[in-house]
Amino acid sequence: MARDVCLLESDGWTPAVALEAFAAAHPQAGGLASFIGKVRPDEGVEALELSHYAPLTLPGMEALAEQTLARWPLDGILIHHRTGIMRPGAPIVLVAAAARHRRDAFEAADFAMDHLKSDAWFWKREKRSDGWHWIEPRAQDHADLERWQRDSRRTA
Amino acid sequence: MAITLVFLGKLADLAGTPDLQVAAPLDWNGLLASLPESLTEMAQGERVKLALNGSILAEKTALSANDGDEIALLPPVSGG
Repeated sequence: MARDVCLLESDGWTPAVALEAFAAAHPQAGGLASFIGKVRPDEGVEALELSHYAPLTLPGMEALAEQTLARWPLDGILIHHRTGIMRPGAPIVLVAAAARHRRDAFEAADFAMDHLKSDAWFWKREKRSDGWHWIEPRAQDHADLERWQRDSRRTA
Repeated sequence: MAITLVFLGKLADLAGTPDLQVAAPLDWNGLLASLPESLTEMAQGERVKLALNGSILAEKTALSANDGDEIALLPPVSGG
């Protein structure tokens, strides 16, 4: 299947295993680009919690996968995302793109990641010694997204 | 049956609960009247979106919900 999208609600997820299965599912691909996002080990952060809204979050990720497949000639796209409580250093997200040529794979993974960071229906809070704090949207994430809108205008 | 209001992210903290049952039917003014006071101002701001049964409303004030519907109040996402 070209699209491999899932939400993982529990611990014990190993991105490397998912990546191996994805590579095996696309033996014709000339290359595979992947990105693993982890809970950044910032000072004072004890845990990160990601919450989601089931009616929107997974359908939104699936739509993003379709959008990515429509924009680049890919053999496959993978988007796996954790929810729940995670410790610093734990993996949160795995994005991978399989394509005939490397540039398509790199760009598709980058595009999917930028959209996940700014568009996906996730809310984050982090636990510090004085309790939980909600994380507000970052301006940089929106700037990253605009990059692609600019590009699509240029090529349109 | 009733309508379920779902509060996401920090809105759940502000509301003091992740969800709430309210009587049907419900329009935009009815929703504002049913919300915990701590949310009424924020809900009217353009950064908070509304979803009715999993579909984002383009225009919040056009809300029209009936028995069994679920309305979600969505603050800005903090990204994956």
